[in-house]
Amino acid sequence: MHEFGAAFREALQLLANLDADLVEIVLLSLQVSLAAVALAACIGLPAGALLAVTRFPGRQLVIVTLNALMGLPPVVVGLTVYLLLSRAGPLGSLGFLYTPQAMVIAQTLLVTPIIAALARQTIEDLHGEYHEQLTLLGIGPVGQIQTLLWDARYLLITTLLAGFGRAIAEVGAVMMVGGNINHVTRVMTTTIALETSKGNLALAMGLGLVLVAITIAINALLAALRLTASRSAYA
Amino acid sequence: MTTCGSNFDARATQASASVLPIEGRALRLQRSGRAILAGVDIHIAAQGVTVLIGPNGAGKSVLLRVLAVLIAPDSGTVLWGDCAPARVRRPRIGFVFQKPVLLRRSAIANIRHALHAVGCARDKSAARAHDALIFAGLEHLQASPARLLSGGEQQRLAIARALALQPEVLFLDEPTANLDPAASAQIEAMISAVSSRAMTVVLVTHDVGQARRLASHVEFMHRGSIVESSAAHDFFRNPSTPSAKAFLARQLVL
Repeated sequence: MHEFGAAFREALQLLANLDADLVEIVLLSLQVSLAAVALAACIGLPAGALLAVTRFPGRQLVIVTLNALMGLPPVVVGLTVYLLLSRAGPLGSLGFLYTPQAMVIAQTLLVTPIIAALARQTIEDLHGEYHEQLTLLGIGPVGQIQTLLWDARYLLITTLLAGFGRAIAEVGAVMMVGGNINHVTRVMTTTIALETSKGNLALAMGLGLVLVAITIAINALLAALRLTASRSAYA
Repeated sequence: MTTCGSNFDARATQASASVLPIEGRALRLQRSGRAILAGVDIHIAAQGVTVLIGPNGAGKSVLLRVLAVLIAPDSGTVLWGDCAPARVRRPRIGFVFQKPVLLRRSAIANIRHALHAVGCARDKSAARAHDALIFAGLEHLQASPARLLSGGEQQRLAIARALALQPEVLFLDEPTANLDPAASAQIEAMISAVSSRAMTVVLVTHDVGQARRLASHVEFMHRGSIVESSAAHDFFRNPSTPSAKAFLARQLVL
């Protein structure tokens, strides 16, 4: 208990002093996860919207698969990306293994199904409401998707934040493809795991506090967005 | 009429072709073994207000959707201006739903979205949207979120949006069903003003009083069929079918 208290005090000190190592790790974590969410949004939002407004044989199977992929185990994603990026793999020539780029790819794969599946549900609900009106205006599928994405923007931002929450807290995949290399690919979650195993609880705890703070901030942002949207009747 | 701005090309020529007469021939539609439309023939050519009237469940709203090509019939044909309906001509038919479908945007943005959808240039759409809001008496609410307007204001906005596209025909599906008498009167005044602008209006209602006030022509529907089609004056004065007589009699008792 005494050790825990001392580590906690030390962690607060690291945070208060903006310890260089700690700041570097936090910034890299944010960089990787934000890039992954941005990429996943570029893929997942249009894909989810397209799935919401189109009808084709096997659509239900695609939806079930997409929903199942939301629970994709990070280590499986890590292994897949590792095999793709390893020297002998099909994308080995890119030289991405054990770089932040590899971590971005892994997190993108994890987050894309979450964003696509949640966007699909959101857009489909809105499409049910707008469909006849948009059809009357002679708007085709692409135009309908544009309208729906814009009008669902508040709800979709919450989807992106949910994806970011998943990405920033993920450890297995980034550990496998990033390698947890000091000053290169070390992010909050991998550092916490490593420093805890080494007994360096202060840095682990400091990063843990930052991680929790980010999670709380995301949830607060979500609540504020929902409130703003419903007050202005744009939700 | 729907052309707007200078960027309209061949599409404009096609889009500007008249959608009148609007015809439905031998329209049949079944749902869960029940005939919603049981071989409906209808011909809407005249200007003025054609009222589709009948009891609940007669198939009025479904017929309106079939004529607007929102629902495909099981069999039968819909024609706009003697041709098969084409997407490019859709804006020539304005449609207002019983429950207005408004985008999660401001009042004016709802109208501008519709104008952009039909290819109206940005600068022109602003003026036309503003004019439409003035017509609906909503210019002071142009920046308000559409979904925060009252029920009557929302319906007026939906009508204004439909009119901003300068349609040739305006379909109204029970536009006052959920409104109080004052709001209904405002909507009726808009409909009267629109019909006096040489626009064809097709109004679905089961409100006999409203039909009396607005109709120039009546199509009476019962059990999925049009059982009587006549000038409004004749229909209300001397309905020729027993079901129409019974319908009017029940309304008069109420």
